[in-house]
Amino acid sequence: MTEKSTTPTAVAATVPEPRDAAESGTPLMSVRGLKKHFPIKGGFPIKRTVGAVKAVDGLDFDVFAGESLGLVGESGCGKSTTGRLLTRLHEPSAGTISYRGKDISKANRRQMAPIRSEIQMIFQDPYASLNPRQTVGKIISGPMEINDIDPPGGREARVRELLEIVGLNPEHYNRFPHEFSGGQRQRIGVARAVALQPKLIIADEPVSALDVSIQAQVVNLLQEVQREMGIAFVFIAHDLAVVRHFSQRVAVMYLGKIVEIADRDSLYTRPRHPYTHALLSAVPDADIDADKKERIRLEGDVPSPISPPSGCRFRTRCWKAQDKCATEEPPLVHIEGNRQGHLTACHFPEDPTVERDKEIVMDPALAALEEAHQAAAEGQETGKSQG
Amino acid sequence: MTTLTKTEGSPATTGSDSFLSVRDLFVHFTTEDGIVKAVDGLSFDLERGQTLGIVGESGSGKSVTNLSILGLHNKKSTSIDGEILLDGKELVNATESEMERLRGNKMAMIFQDSLTALSPYYTVGRQISEPFRKHTGASKKEARDRAIEMLTKVGIPHAKQRVDDYPHQFSGGMRQRAMIAMSLVCNPSLLIADEPTTALDVTVQAQILDLLKDLQQEFGSAIVMITHDLGVVANMADDILVMYAGRAVERGSVREVLKAPQHPYTWGLLGSMPRLSGDVDEPLLPIPGSPPSLLNPPTGCAFHPRCAFTDKVPGDACATERPVLPTGRAAACHLSAEQKQQVYIETIQPRLG
Repeated sequence: MTEKSTTPTAVAATVPEPRDAAESGTPLMSVRGLKKHFPIKGGFPIKRTVGAVKAVDGLDFDVFAGESLGLVGESGCGKSTTGRLLTRLHEPSAGTISYRGKDISKANRRQMAPIRSEIQMIFQDPYASLNPRQTVGKIISGPMEINDIDPPGGREARVRELLEIVGLNPEHYNRFPHEFSGGQRQRIGVARAVALQPKLIIADEPVSALDVSIQAQVVNLLQEVQREMGIAFVFIAHDLAVVRHFSQRVAVMYLGKIVEIADRDSLYTRPRHPYTHALLSAVPDADIDADKKERIRLEGDVPSPISPPSGCRFRTRCWKAQDKCATEEPPLVHIEGNRQGHLTACHFPEDPTVERDKEIVMDPALAALEEAHQAAAEGQETGKSQG
Repeated sequence: MTTLTKTEGSPATTGSDSFLSVRDLFVHFTTEDGIVKAVDGLSFDLERGQTLGIVGESGSGKSVTNLSILGLHNKKSTSIDGEILLDGKELVNATESEMERLRGNKMAMIFQDSLTALSPYYTVGRQISEPFRKHTGASKKEARDRAIEMLTKVGIPHAKQRVDDYPHQFSGGMRQRAMIAMSLVCNPSLLIADEPTTALDVTVQAQILDLLKDLQQEFGSAIVMITHDLGVVANMADDILVMYAGRAVERGSVREVLKAPQHPYTWGLLGSMPRLSGDVDEPLLPIPGSPPSLLNPPTGCAFHPRCAFTDKVPGDACATERPVLPTGRAAACHLSAEQKQQVYIETIQPRLG
């Protein structure tokens, strides 16, 4: 057994007091009008830009110190691109990213350098994100080396301390990544991310590549790290239950836009946007005695971000869509009756509840099959009553 | 090693008359590092029109079991022992031509990754009609009409035009639908779905699961549903088989396994899973450690190094003696029935919320 459970005392002893707790009034990071368009090149013999994948198309949100903001959405909605924009791994096409009041969206290398140590990232794939030719010690001390930081007691002692915090054996300092399992590798990734005591960690699907039982270990570890060190998280995931467990505020993305953002409780129990309703209704519940919620079954897949629908982007799959939705893009605003900070981008919002009285089946194949079954069942019944 | 060859009790029914019946199945792979015991004495039964959910983590042997039912394993490096009866016909020792007559006809499979499972060189329509032509002797025209009919049934819009598309022209959800159409084209009585929705988004997953359920009602197929997602089995399955390290550790109906689980591993799976309605301030209850290597599985109960309840068992039975999975609704664990119930009610259930 190489993993040990992280004891809270081990964390508390090695880490200074949570910082910037008093700053919670002003956002740590604030994003306005953020866009990322990837050009599509085509043509011969001279390549021209023939279009753009509008991966992220105008985001506004704030991240406060010490909180966890969840970003959920289906594949291709731009949540990972957003994560990479926040860490400047991608250059934004437009918009501003302010970190502690300073715009970093156009900062050059030298201006970014001191900020990079405060914004760290945890990646999805624990196999691809660790250099196979470096030992664990070298990987985790990398950030300290680059930023020329010499912690008291030396870097090696600090790395061993970090290994212990994330529940690995400090004696594994000289091992290589291939000697670890997926869950252990993700722990190494966490140790590297917290090595410089950052203020913000962008976690891009940190647990989705892991088995269920290991997933829970890593979620608990991240939660401990967040609470003990007071680090703010942007937690990107597609699993609504994991996001709910980890994040105090949640933003739902669809085709490069935020369609709804709210505190956890409002979003999961009083959602207003039809897409949020559909997402929540689609999650399979392991509790077979849970009150059967009426289903919402959307039609087809998410449209292409190369030419997103006009107006509201969800309208092509929405059961409430009207002419207005095609011509006018709904702004992300506060709707009457919602809690402070609960913003929704919809012209015709749903009632603030997850209960509904009738099923919505947009999928034509499902509707046809179910109709046929119903007709057959009725036919049988009338046959029986006649017989 | 007498404990390893001890057979598991047969499932609830007498077995011989059930539609699919697997008895004492052993699948071992010879590798450079030694013998991998991917499936190690597995038995289960499945009736027509029923759905069996096989749950387990990666490397628990759930996929290998089903590849060996279909005869899709590499015969050179695999040794299979035991009995697989499909409608009374023995499959373990069946010849390749016999298997070919059954595959795609009486039994079919839906794979996880539709992009790799479909050939990029042939149109979707051709891939759907190929098994139909082979098994029914239909003409090209009839097979094409059948492909269009199946594509319409699984909800591909404009099936008449899309039948001539190549897989890369379909989106992920549509490819999975096309694969379902391909597997159902000959009305198979056994359908094996290996993580059919793991690569899909939740809204599309919900569509596909509902579609499978509705099609099962129409075709009356038996479905083996392999997944790691307890939410998916809760939705789809009638019975559940929980696998760990190549062995079945718990068996029962959906209600029994999810509402009154008996095996510590099942408790761990349920405790690891955050829920939409659970208490957010309670930390999750992960299983410590990681799944064992099948090259060298732990002695006795394969789960004992990760189990929190070994001290409740007298002596060191957990480490030395392999627990047997008794007949019917049961769990392969050395804890006594009272102990299991007591532990579950006192320590596990309150934390599941």
